Amino acid sequence: MGNPNVGKSVVFSRLTGTHVITSNFPGTTVDYSQGATCLGRERVFIIDAPGTYSLDPTNPAEEVSLRILNEADIVVNVIDATNLERNLILTLELLSRNVPLLVVLNLWDEAAHTGIEIDVSRLQELLGVPVIPTVAVTGEGIAELASYFSQDVPVPEQKNYSDQEKWVMIGQITREVQTITHRHHTLRDLISDITIKPITGLPVAVLVILVSLWTVIFIGETCITYLTDPLFELYLPIITQLSDFIGPGFVQQVLIGQMVNGGIDFEQSMGILTTGLYVPFGIVLPYVIVFYILAALLEDSGYLPRLATLTDTFFHRLGMHGYGIVPVFLGLGCNVPGILATRVLETRKQRFIAATLIAISIPCMAKTAMIFGTIGQFGFLYILLVIAVLAVVYITIGMILSRVIHGECPEIFLEIPPYRTPRLNMVLKKTWMRLVAFIAEAVPYLFLGVLLVNILYATGFLAWLGTVLAPLIVSWLGLPKEASGALLTGFLRKDLAIGMLLPLDMTPQQMVVAVTTLTMYFPCAGAFAVLYRELGFSGMIKSVIVMATTAFFVGGIMRFILIGV
Amino acid sequence: MAISVLELEEGKTAKIIGIQGGHGMQNQLRSIGILEGKDIVVVTHHPFKGPVVVKIDRKMISLGRGLASRIMVEMTS
Repeated sequence: MGNPNVGKSVVFSRLTGTHVITSNFPGTTVDYSQGATCLGRERVFIIDAPGTYSLDPTNPAEEVSLRILNEADIVVNVIDATNLERNLILTLELLSRNVPLLVVLNLWDEAAHTGIEIDVSRLQELLGVPVIPTVAVTGEGIAELASYFSQDVPVPEQKNYSDQEKWVMIGQITREVQTITHRHHTLRDLISDITIKPITGLPVAVLVILVSLWTVIFIGETCITYLTDPLFELYLPIITQLSDFIGPGFVQQVLIGQMVNGGIDFEQSMGILTTGLYVPFGIVLPYVIVFYILAALLEDSGYLPRLATLTDTFFHRLGMHGYGIVPVFLGLGCNVPGILATRVLETRKQRFIAATLIAISIPCMAKTAMIFGTIGQFGFLYILLVIAVLAVVYITIGMILSRVIHGECPEIFLEIPPYRTPRLNMVLKKTWMRLVAFIAEAVPYLFLGVLLVNILYATGFLAWLGTVLAPLIVSWLGLPKEASGALLTGFLRKDLAIGMLLPLDMTPQQMVVAVTTLTMYFPCAGAFAVLYRELGFSGMIKSVIVMATTAFFVGGIMRFILIGV
Repeated sequence: MAISVLELEEGKTAKIIGIQGGHGMQNQLRSIGILEGKDIVVVTHHPFKGPVVVKIDRKMISLGRGLASRIMVEMTS
């Protein structure tokens, strides 16, 4: 265990060979991971604890750490060599815990690089426990660390200091073992300054975000045209044969869907094996991959905490703080990891606001594809209109929620790490892990969604509900009554709703109202599942009520402004 | 003259002389390296009641204004 952002997870994955997400911003590990490694004949179980500054837990991650500590046989305390003084606080607290302790002095290379020298043997003497310098990203020192596991690690002499004594001790130790040589301002410092000051930092932030989104769209589209579409071309004859083999009926309806112009249309047929496969793998996946690579680059370079600082002024008004940008950013790829990432916020209130706002107004790649697919034909201005409405809703609902909900809103309090050059293997590894998680957590729900919709559709339930709700959709939203079917389908499958909206021959204004309402009113089944997991049942219900009310009112207001009475 | 970090001008260095607030608050700030006796430089104040970015021992830290107002410093000319 150790402070946030010191490389615990890297040390862990070096020891166990397990893949763990590591980032250049604090608080990545919220759940703990467990792994095992073999030493001689013995198996050793190793647990990677979330980062903590002290043993007085102030957030859920730190509580998890404390629980893990109480069960450990040997505690490995990873400390950041570039930041000795601050890291030693936790070390001293661990020394008073009466457990065998090893201290790992990580980021040893970075310390040497910035002109910090540490006398390891003297530090070892002063602390009374083994100290091992490591460079975890390259694996330096890890073998030495592992060799300690098979030895008897001595329990350090128990010392109990008062808070005041601790600070004095730390000051003494640091002065004695650390020599800092002066170093000139480097280019890195200059970039660091430029990107954190508001006058220069904000334009840079806007540029970074725009370039990122453009890259995602550009590379994603290229992948679809040249990679996934040709693959599905090959798949078409196979599935057509299967369809003929099954013959018309309920099974064909569910698996293959409807024929469009006498054949299968991957976008509109809506069967599990046609649209159900094409949308997640053919359209969404390429964007998600590119998106995750970029997210990993931004994380590992150390830019995200700077972005969090720059956006704090904004997020603070909405009851969150600058960290709120992290879930929003991930949510643009897929809401599921976005909602999971709300754990970087400290209080329940903040997490509720962040998760609800993501579900309402952060369109994931599938929703974005839907927005472009339906409205793109009318011109870019209409797309901009949808995005603007979503942004206004995000801000308004955030401000309302932050006032209405009880609970605390802690301020931003975060260390800004130095810029580090992202390592390609780490970026790829992280992208891969997130992708696996996306496929494992989101895709099954997508399938379930199609299955459910198809069954409801085939049994005529949707048509019935559509007629019941039609008056509301016609009179309140000003849409043709056939649109109610699409809006209902969108409850589980947003992407399918495109196909249903397109043939309705609506005006651009009607389409904007329909699509905006569709985007806001409910998240997909996958997002539902994580909302339940993160907020609990009552939290999820409250969140859903906020979503439905918002979509209903905003849709109505838009109707009166755009279409008239 | 004791002022809070909130009032410290950009680019000026000062020495931390105290942290106002309860035990938890003091520990929270100390654990990230904000300690009495340290030199602190304000890198930038973000406008519109935004956060304050400070530097202590080469480490940059973003602080909300409430936290910044609790850190008392003395100018070291």
